[in-house]
Amino acid sequence: MTTTETPAPPDGQAAAAAPGIHKTPARKRLVPYWLLLPGILWLIVFFAAPLVYQASTSIQTGSLEEGFKVTWHFATYWDALGEYWPQFVRSVLYAATATVLCLLLGYPLAYLIAFKAGRWRNVVMILVIAPFFTSFLIRTLAWKTILADGGPVVGVLNSLHVLDVTSWLGLTEGQRVLATPLAVVCGLTYNFLPFMVLPLYTSLERIDPRLHEAAGDLYARPSTTFRRVTFPLSMPGVVAGTLLTFIPAAGDYINAELLGSTDQKMIGNVIQSQFLRVLDYPTAAALSFLLMAAILAMVTIYIRKSGTEDLV
Amino acid sequence: MAVHETTEATAARTPNRGPRWLRRHLITIAGLCTLGYLVLPNLVVMVFSFNKPNGRFNYQWQRFSTDAWSDPCGVADLCGSLGLSLQLALWATVGATVLGTMIAFALARYRFRARAGVNTLIFLPMAMPEVVMAASLATLFLNMGIQFGFWTILIAHIMFCLSFVVTAVKARVMSMDPRLEQAAQDLYATPVQTFLRVTLPIAAPGIAAGALLSFALSFDDFIITNFNAGSTVTFPMFVWGSAQRGTPVQINVIGTAMFLLAVLCVVVGQLADARRKRSKRS
Repeated sequence: MTTTETPAPPDGQAAAAAPGIHKTPARKRLVPYWLLLPGILWLIVFFAAPLVYQASTSIQTGSLEEGFKVTWHFATYWDALGEYWPQFVRSVLYAATATVLCLLLGYPLAYLIAFKAGRWRNVVMILVIAPFFTSFLIRTLAWKTILADGGPVVGVLNSLHVLDVTSWLGLTEGQRVLATPLAVVCGLTYNFLPFMVLPLYTSLERIDPRLHEAAGDLYARPSTTFRRVTFPLSMPGVVAGTLLTFIPAAGDYINAELLGSTDQKMIGNVIQSQFLRVLDYPTAAALSFLLMAAILAMVTIYIRKSGTEDLV
Repeated sequence: MAVHETTEATAARTPNRGPRWLRRHLITIAGLCTLGYLVLPNLVVMVFSFNKPNGRFNYQWQRFSTDAWSDPCGVADLCGSLGLSLQLALWATVGATVLGTMIAFALARYRFRARAGVNTLIFLPMAMPEVVMAASLATLFLNMGIQFGFWTILIAHIMFCLSFVVTAVKARVMSMDPRLEQAAQDLYATPVQTFLRVTLPIAAPGIAAGALLSFALSFDDFIITNFNAGSTVTFPMFVWGSAQRGTPVQINVIGTAMFLLAVLCVVVGQLADARRKRSKRS
């Protein structure tokens, strides 16, 4: 990501770029750079540079009135971590739970589309993708209606004594679901489920159905076929899906804000309020840096462990 | 697989086979349950677009009414924010698609130094929590003294849509046979003709997918917009604000309309695709 891909135009460049002149090797060599230049510049200026800038902001001190100065004040990191570690831990826990739930819920659906839907495949696909185009926030607000106190969902869960169990586990409080961890995790799972289903479907669809028949011919039971053939072959989809679910879920603050209470605040909520309400930019910057570092570290370890590095 | 399908068909005809039937169809049932979970909020949004709420909040069913449908713009600022979001999504799509397609062609077609670096730079925005990107870009704008508004939102949207376009177009261009272009050149097509008549039509579905994704992402984005909008209100920001002040039924009307429009677009696309395939065969 250095500026090597933004070529310094050599002297012959102007002539080479002019139309109607015979192709020269130099001109041909520069084509990819010209194609890349505008887009990559955009990303450097509006994505990479801001991250560097953010790093310098996190070690500044000062106030909005007097202005901020770089004072190499690393204590911001310690203070932020000391004060907001519960939100950090909660973000990772909620995002991890939602990711596992997405995998458990998404796998059968992806399997259904890939192998069993037949001529209904397109209909199911539409139903998976179409919610993407309805506003994310409107759908999240709909969960408020679905999980409302005294609503049918809470009523059923209550009569089945599910809420007693979840309350005992600390997932819900009393007779309600809204404003509890369960509601936030439910919203996160819902919102990121398509990000799990689509990569899973892509990797399942690539599996040759004859492999299943071969496993059956070799007297493998369906469960063995799944464990030894289907699941290992779908690993790229599992890894891609879990990453696509976990990363945005860990930084999300919409679900915690709309479906949770102050006890379910995630790190995204803290960054948002530090930046937009408290206007404490160094703390917001330090927190987003910690979040980024934590996620990058976890993702790197995860990709190493799962052994599929050909994702990008 | 063919064997499976026939057994399924017989099982479907005699549904009360008990536990064995249940076990065989466990995956299908579980998958359909997940599908229900995915679609349920859309149904709730649809149903509650016909509600006549008592107070400011539209969370409890009161009674049936089509008031909101007959007056979708009846709430101050709602349609203004909707128009702004559509405009932003349109320009962000144009910007991201043009820039992203160029990058995708460079990556798929050429070997050059810094290729790995470019790939990383494309991948990172997709692997970064939105709130981090949002806060860092906003910090930059703040310090540069740039006024927040339409332009800062547009810049941010093009930035995060770009990677998705590159990925979609790259996948398509990578899978296309380079010999098609060589064949065109052997038939004395100029590079421009080859590009317009051969390369572009083949890459078009990838470009369309990237553009569609950009539009959806930009139109729906809240987190990045919230940090970079200043006092400008896009549609998701309007919805967010209304969640605190009281949600008008019109929000559900617009949500339902968007859902139906999306389904309609996909269905029309599928039908056109099927028809094209059929006419090719005959």
